[in-house]
Amino acid sequence: MAGFKTAALPREGLSGAFLSALATAVVVLVLTIPTVGLKTDESGGSLIVTRHFDTVAWLVGLAFVGRLVMSLFMARRAVKPGEQKKAGPSAMDRFAAAVARNGTKIGAVGLVIAVLLPFVTSNYLIDFGTNVLIYVMLGWGLNIVVGLAGLLDLGYVAFYAVGAYTVALLATNVGLGFWACLPLAGLFAAAFGVVLGFPVLRLRGDYLAIVTLGFGEIIRLVLLNWQNVTNGPNGIGGIPRPTLFGLPFAAHSATGPTFAEFFGLEFSPSQRFIFLYFVILALALLTNFFTIRMRRLPVGRAWEALREDEIACRAIGINATNIKLSAFAIGAMFAGFAGSFFATRLGFISPESFTFTESATILAIVVLGGMGSQLGVVLAAIMLVSLNEAGRWFSFLGDIALYRPLIYGGAMVVIMLVRPRGLLAHRQPSILLHGSDGPKESLVPNDGLAASTGELP
Amino acid sequence: MMDYFLQQLINGLTLGAVYGLIAIGYTMVYGIIGMINFAHGEIFMIGSFISLISFLILSSIGAFSAVFAILIVLLVTMIFTAVFGWSVERIAYRPLRDSFKLAPLISAIGMSIFLQSFVQVFQGARPKPLQPIMHGGIKLLEHDGFAVQISYLQIIIILLTVGLMIGFTAVIQQTPLGRSQRACEQDRTMAALLGVNVDRTISLTFVMGAALAAVAGLMFTLYYGVIDFFIGFLAGVKAFTAAVLGGIGSLPGAMLGGVLIGLIEAFWSAYFSIAYKDVAVFMVLVLVLIFRPTGLLGRPEVEKV
Repeated sequence: MAGFKTAALPREGLSGAFLSALATAVVVLVLTIPTVGLKTDESGGSLIVTRHFDTVAWLVGLAFVGRLVMSLFMARRAVKPGEQKKAGPSAMDRFAAAVARNGTKIGAVGLVIAVLLPFVTSNYLIDFGTNVLIYVMLGWGLNIVVGLAGLLDLGYVAFYAVGAYTVALLATNVGLGFWACLPLAGLFAAAFGVVLGFPVLRLRGDYLAIVTLGFGEIIRLVLLNWQNVTNGPNGIGGIPRPTLFGLPFAAHSATGPTFAEFFGLEFSPSQRFIFLYFVILALALLTNFFTIRMRRLPVGRAWEALREDEIACRAIGINATNIKLSAFAIGAMFAGFAGSFFATRLGFISPESFTFTESATILAIVVLGGMGSQLGVVLAAIMLVSLNEAGRWFSFLGDIALYRPLIYGGAMVVIMLVRPRGLLAHRQPSILLHGSDGPKESLVPNDGLAASTGELP
Repeated sequence: MMDYFLQQLINGLTLGAVYGLIAIGYTMVYGIIGMINFAHGEIFMIGSFISLISFLILSSIGAFSAVFAILIVLLVTMIFTAVFGWSVERIAYRPLRDSFKLAPLISAIGMSIFLQSFVQVFQGARPKPLQPIMHGGIKLLEHDGFAVQISYLQIIIILLTVGLMIGFTAVIQQTPLGRSQRACEQDRTMAALLGVNVDRTISLTFVMGAALAAVAGLMFTLYYGVIDFFIGFLAGVKAFTAAVLGGIGSLPGAMLGGVLIGLIEAFWSAYFSIAYKDVAVFMVLVLVLIFRPTGLLGRPEVEKV
């Protein structure tokens, strides 16, 4: 937030706020006249320009009011000269810390809800839950790369695609079932991660970002153009559904008993929905469990240390490239698992499902939720998947799906400005010098220093 | 065979001029604040939309000569796009200048997604065609029915790029602004202590980068005759590759890298496979990063605490 105070001119009071709001409005006017006010439309085979200055007026007005409110709000919070700056963490920090402290309890409650959900709701909600869980799993996987190791991966969906196509190709060409393909999909995706990560992980983080961005696009282009193998834009269909130890979820089966027959139940299609839901729930929980355990291993500690200060890590003898590569490959592996589930769930995949927008969505989930925060990812995944469906739930929202990337992008910028580590991010020291109870009263110098760091209770 | 080669050379140079102009924006921003401006490709895309709209308005008003129309559109596009460049820096980067290291990068990605979908929402997702403004060209060679031709448009693009490069180098090397920029590039804190207005210098760097991207956008619109909201993505990645190939932080390097990428793309499409031309450019990026991370004209970077 500090940046907003460094305006070119120190403007104070109501008139100052008014002036800066006016300046903002003028800038927005200049920005929107050519892009919003003048729209290119097709008319009789050629383009014409239509005017939409009413929208411009709305946007300018919105910017003016928004900036005015922001200035006044800031003025109230600003520290006046002579006054001591209020020490201590902000309300959001305290909330994030509280969530982190009670993480196990919240997680347990969430898990109970997640397990009970399919038995009390409709097929639509189970499907919705499955969607959420796919994004939760991808978010948790990417959280290893971005949140823990601090590597910005913009092509995460490429590994998701590798996983999905591994299953699709092996199942349709070799005849393997889903459960045989699943580990292979993870393995292939991890191998891709190593091959891609090896050359670029030695370099600065920015390079990794753009190379992964390019890689995501390349994978999509190859899938689109390599017609004999991937069937190009038409995609691959007929991917077999997963079975429960060989029991298929179908009305009849030629090879043996179906799930319903075996357990003496009446066949219903929702059994398959519920089964798929539990498969992805298990996969997601595996990701989560793995991450939590990894964080306690030296490798996991090294990931977080590298995120904070690479030079210091090198100085104490951590092999930065190998450690980064492990995070990158493990993140890719989980994307591969998620991809294989995606393929078997729909039974059909095409390159359309693996665009940059998808990568951006997953990144938005990690960033909004809070880098390194497992609960934050769940929260953000529920929010973003709801956003997709919101148009269906509330008809007055209209075609909100069109505005989705606009909202993701805007939210990413705003979150970075307000909370650069994400909404629920909370950095907890892994080891405290005096245990989790903190230092003894007598050891704390009585100048409020410990209180102002906000890390120690 | 030679004719075909020559034709591809001309096409590649034209393409390279466009990439080079975008690459300068990447390289300047990288030089001065050490971050990749991911939204730069979208700034280019917005430039091409503004130029398209300006052309449409000019042609609906009445007849101008093609060169005159291009000049007006050039000016309008540069001004409006520069405001976009300035706003992006002011909103998304300046407050994060000393933040957590991933924060400006993520903010830049967010900005890029935002700008892309902003144009998609307000201008529509369909490709926008533009009637050719200029026709004709000069035949350089002709035999066996294959003519090597350089169109007037290609001449304008190459001349404009060369002119801008000369002007630009002069600004960086001769003017007080250029001196401030070079000072901020070396040591921002020291420059601030010596009275350089760092915020203003960085803002102007973004403005200049955006203006050049606007020119590239105009050229792209004229040359290809069809644009959509997604062109900034690939052009951005390729221009970034050009900046890395030339040596990020180096202005002549960016132009050289741009030309090389343009040539690689043109020759790859001509002699190998057009479907994989983007893959080829990407492979160049990876190979450069493996074997020569400082690029052709870049200096090695030493990271200090």
